[in-house]
Amino acid sequence: MPSSIRLSTLQMAHFAARGFLRLDEVVPDTINQRFLADVGHVPATEVDSLWKHYGRIMHSSAIPLVDPGTPLATAYPPDSAVAEILGLPQVQGAIESLVGTHSVVDHHFLHITFPGRLYAAAGQPHVAQATHQDSTIDPRRAFDMQMMYFPHDVTRDMGGTRFVPGTHLRVVSEAAIARYQNVKGQQHMVCKAGTLLFLHHGLWHGGGRNDSDRLRYMFKIRMCPTAPQTLLWDTHDLEARSETRPIFWNSNPGNTETIESVLMTPEPWFEADTGRLEFVNRIRLWRYLTGNKTWDADYWLTRIENEYGNP
Amino acid sequence: MPNIRQNVLVLYLETSALDSRTIAWSIYEGASNARHDAGDADSPPYETGLAALRDGWRLIQASQLQQHTAGDEFRVGYLKYEFFFEQLVDTDQSLPAARDIRE
Repeated sequence: MPSSIRLSTLQMAHFAARGFLRLDEVVPDTINQRFLADVGHVPATEVDSLWKHYGRIMHSSAIPLVDPGTPLATAYPPDSAVAEILGLPQVQGAIESLVGTHSVVDHHFLHITFPGRLYAAAGQPHVAQATHQDSTIDPRRAFDMQMMYFPHDVTRDMGGTRFVPGTHLRVVSEAAIARYQNVKGQQHMVCKAGTLLFLHHGLWHGGGRNDSDRLRYMFKIRMCPTAPQTLLWDTHDLEARSETRPIFWNSNPGNTETIESVLMTPEPWFEADTGRLEFVNRIRLWRYLTGNKTWDADYWLTRIENEYGNP
Repeated sequence: MPNIRQNVLVLYLETSALDSRTIAWSIYEGASNARHDAGDADSPPYETGLAALRDGWRLIQASQLQQHTAGDEFRVGYLKYEFFFEQLVDTDQSLPAARDIRE
């Protein structure tokens, strides 16, 4: 088996369009169990204080303290569960496809969501995390990638991470979007153990409320590229997957998925007019990813670049 | 003496038209202890803003249409078509005051 299985062209197109990539059950259960043991997981019945549990895990778990800017390749001890996850061919390939072979760690964090009784005991509200965009206003074309690791099964009542596909190109200021309680098309992570979710740093998301009687863990690593994110995936079929097509008046749109069809698929929450701006921005992101400064889909950019005078 | 409290409904619509489709929403109830949380519903309470009006909600604020700043025409950010509605509730009678006012 190769040490790295890079993403396909259509997987990259889906990431460019929707801002996420999900790899279900990609981490073997032996590693999942080891990760949970390494971080100091105990059954919820043995936890009487969320602060104590967090404090114990933060001080004694095997998750290392990592300075921002540390190369991902050296951030984790080679024999640790996290290093083994990062070395899985599909995982390594996804990371290399999105942020390159020399990415660095921004930060990592083990998110724990507790059953309601523990929030009540701590005098804390038992609520879902408001929808937000991580970090702060970030108008870059280059992007960081956040890898979320779910080491155990996540059922709907455990409040798995909620996210809104396609919001990653919106430039907003972190929790300024907290007013948006629900957005059409939002997804809730329900998955088997060992599932990974790769997010563009701009994707709107939030932790759900844990209504189960179990602890929910999610380990997140934010990774930054150190070089342009151009043609990093398995590009052997890049040209074959692209096909210019008639726009609007098209009696035979076809069923074959192409880069164009993926990038031009709207989300349920798109506004009528700014949904078209989303298409424009997706095309610009694809130009960055391919290094092709004139690539277009459905003529959106060619039309507005057809300039012969001073505006 | 009525004991009036306010419920607030925020609808985000597909266009600036009140009868266009709801794409996002929030509810805050001042007239009860009911709590509406992020991610608690995957379908909207009203399909359009007009449907909310017809159910007795009163429109109290609508977002303005802004001119696009030169050089920034293609930047997207916050949802654009935000409509605030209210419902006044007499908590002593547990009846929506909005309905009384309409009569």
